[in-house]
Amino acid sequence: MEKQTYSNPVIRWVDDRLPIFSFMDHEYNKFPMPRNLNYFWNFGALASITLIVMIVTGIVLAMHYTPHTSMAFDSVERIMRDVNYGWLIRYIHSNGASMFFIVVYIHIFRGLYYGSYKAPRELLWMLGVVILLLMMATAFMGYVLPWGQMSFWGAKVITSLFSAVPIFGESIVEWLWGGFSVDNATLNRFFSLHYLMPFVIVGVVVLHVAALHVSGSNNPDGIDVKGPQDTVPFNPYFTAKDSIGLGVFLIVWAGFVFYAPDFLGHPDNYIPADPLVTPPHIVPEWYFLPFYAILRSITFDFLFIDAKLLGVILMFASIAILFVLPWLDTSKVRSCRFRPVYKWFFWLFVLDCFILGVVGAKSPDDPVFGVEWFKYVHLGQIGTAYYFFHFLILLPILGKMERPLPLPTSISESVTGGRSDSAAGAATAKGEPA
Amino acid sequence: MRKLLIAKLVVGLSLAASTGAYAAGDVLPPKDVKWNFEGIFGTYDRAAAQRGLQVYKEVCASCHALSRVAYRNLMDLGYTEDQVKAFAKEYEVQNAEPNDDGEMFMRAALPSDRFVSPFPNKQAARAANGGAYPPDLSLITKARANGPSYLYSLLVGYTDVPAGVEEQEGLSYNPYFPGGWIAMAMPLFEDGVEYTDGTKATVDQMAKDVTYFLSWAASPDLEQRKKTGLSVMMFLVVFTGLLIAVKKKVWSDVH
Repeated sequence: MEKQTYSNPVIRWVDDRLPIFSFMDHEYNKFPMPRNLNYFWNFGALASITLIVMIVTGIVLAMHYTPHTSMAFDSVERIMRDVNYGWLIRYIHSNGASMFFIVVYIHIFRGLYYGSYKAPRELLWMLGVVILLLMMATAFMGYVLPWGQMSFWGAKVITSLFSAVPIFGESIVEWLWGGFSVDNATLNRFFSLHYLMPFVIVGVVVLHVAALHVSGSNNPDGIDVKGPQDTVPFNPYFTAKDSIGLGVFLIVWAGFVFYAPDFLGHPDNYIPADPLVTPPHIVPEWYFLPFYAILRSITFDFLFIDAKLLGVILMFASIAILFVLPWLDTSKVRSCRFRPVYKWFFWLFVLDCFILGVVGAKSPDDPVFGVEWFKYVHLGQIGTAYYFFHFLILLPILGKMERPLPLPTSISESVTGGRSDSAAGAATAKGEPA
Repeated sequence: MRKLLIAKLVVGLSLAASTGAYAAGDVLPPKDVKWNFEGIFGTYDRAAAQRGLQVYKEVCASCHALSRVAYRNLMDLGYTEDQVKAFAKEYEVQNAEPNDDGEMFMRAALPSDRFVSPFPNKQAARAANGGAYPPDLSLITKARANGPSYLYSLLVGYTDVPAGVEEQEGLSYNPYFPGGWIAMAMPLFEDGVEYTDGTKATVDQMAKDVTYFLSWAASPDLEQRKKTGLSVMMFLVVFTGLLIAVKKKVWSDVH
């Protein structure tokens, strides 16, 4: 890292001893970014901003929340009614969870489309999958805290999954609960962990960004940066571009917070938890629906594994498989722009995830479009099979069979159509080559 | 009178016809009602909500609690402080702290107290209502899908038992209630309350009014929320416009 000489003596004194100013200058000011990034590259920045907003609103909520089964629901209602702007803080936080997942899912699909998981970014991608898992755990535990009917029964259904583990299942579940049912001990530990996990996420995000700054960003062409003519410095080019994405994103988020704050939630969660009354349909939050569909689509035993355990295994496998994606995809070409066949399968995979999401929201025994013999559980089984087919069979084979389109020789060539671009060269001259 | 009978008959018949397609166990979707608190500029109709308070107080409150709303909150509906004090004074609550002799004592309710519940606990409420728990209404419009319209439809939706459906002891038939059989007997009858503002107390009127009141009780933040939202949105749109202009300027030397 090149060290700066600062004219301000205080900054220079600090920077000589702890080069934070040089560091920020290097990583966030001059950092070279591929010049052809499109707006899908906004979503990483949006995710980190969402994380910060969630932590800040969460800390304020925790000041007013009481993690006790007899008071949790009441304390949330106190926040809504009596705490100054409590409704605002809580609606930002509860809708923020959904916004976080929307942003992260788009971020992930961006990575899938442009092959951002391929060498040399495998570890960067895997750290991202770790973040996704941590987010899911955090969101699940956060949803339990208001102690409404869906909180309670959702917690019960999900924690009970672990009872499928052979021999130790029951012990694991009781250990998770801290007792013989989902009760005060469960609520207390979920609160504690829900407060802890975001900071763990921050830690992994730091690693994720550190790994990103080693390889640099991928780009829509999926080809390597060849030199300064291919890049522009992060600031002001991408601070400006990310800001537009942020503005649009905040409009969407505020739209939910101010005009449809409960649209993404379930009405049952405004009923205080009652262990004696089971809701007719227990459904998780929308962002878990595809995984819930995979879990419920396994209705048959396989060899010595019983259906329940297999469902749990496949549900976790559906995310775990992302860890090995960089090695399942055998194509050397990153971007879908130059993969004419995979491009279609990518969209088919997106469609499959949507279908699984719909299945997760429906009752398994309901017929699809009124066709009596074809139930949602069957659609879920097809969707699940296709999900794993995509990763385990399609990707390894397609990489070997597909004939990719010719790649551009460089990013600047594909941007400017070959002519040299002196202005861009000037813009990057201040920075340094990747 | 005869006209009314005929009207009732027509309504009854059309309801029976419209419910015909729904077998017992199915549930009718709520009627499509336009509420003036919907939409971007929505506010609560104060007069309707005040009448709704009267319906709640004189009809619903004998079984249903409203324990998350404080008497002082009624000032949001346009009541003066003195009116709220007078309203609260009609109720008795146990003081939170004992007196100097260490005994708990009852006192008149204050504006800072929450609505006094008709029953001391859930079990007592069940025991007095044939085993069915009359839910606390503080959040009822948020705790049901399409809450306000559901509540209204339920209140006006009591009908005769359709042919072929077996009568159930102690329950009333209501096609808007999941399963069709509800423990609450039809609560609203023509002129069941005498409105202080002279409005004719039809079942439809009372159902709408109490829905206004309970929607306010469930989302007292709604008016401030939508008003704040408008400023926030206008700011964000202008701000995003500026950001777009800045970005164009910044990138002009690259493209």
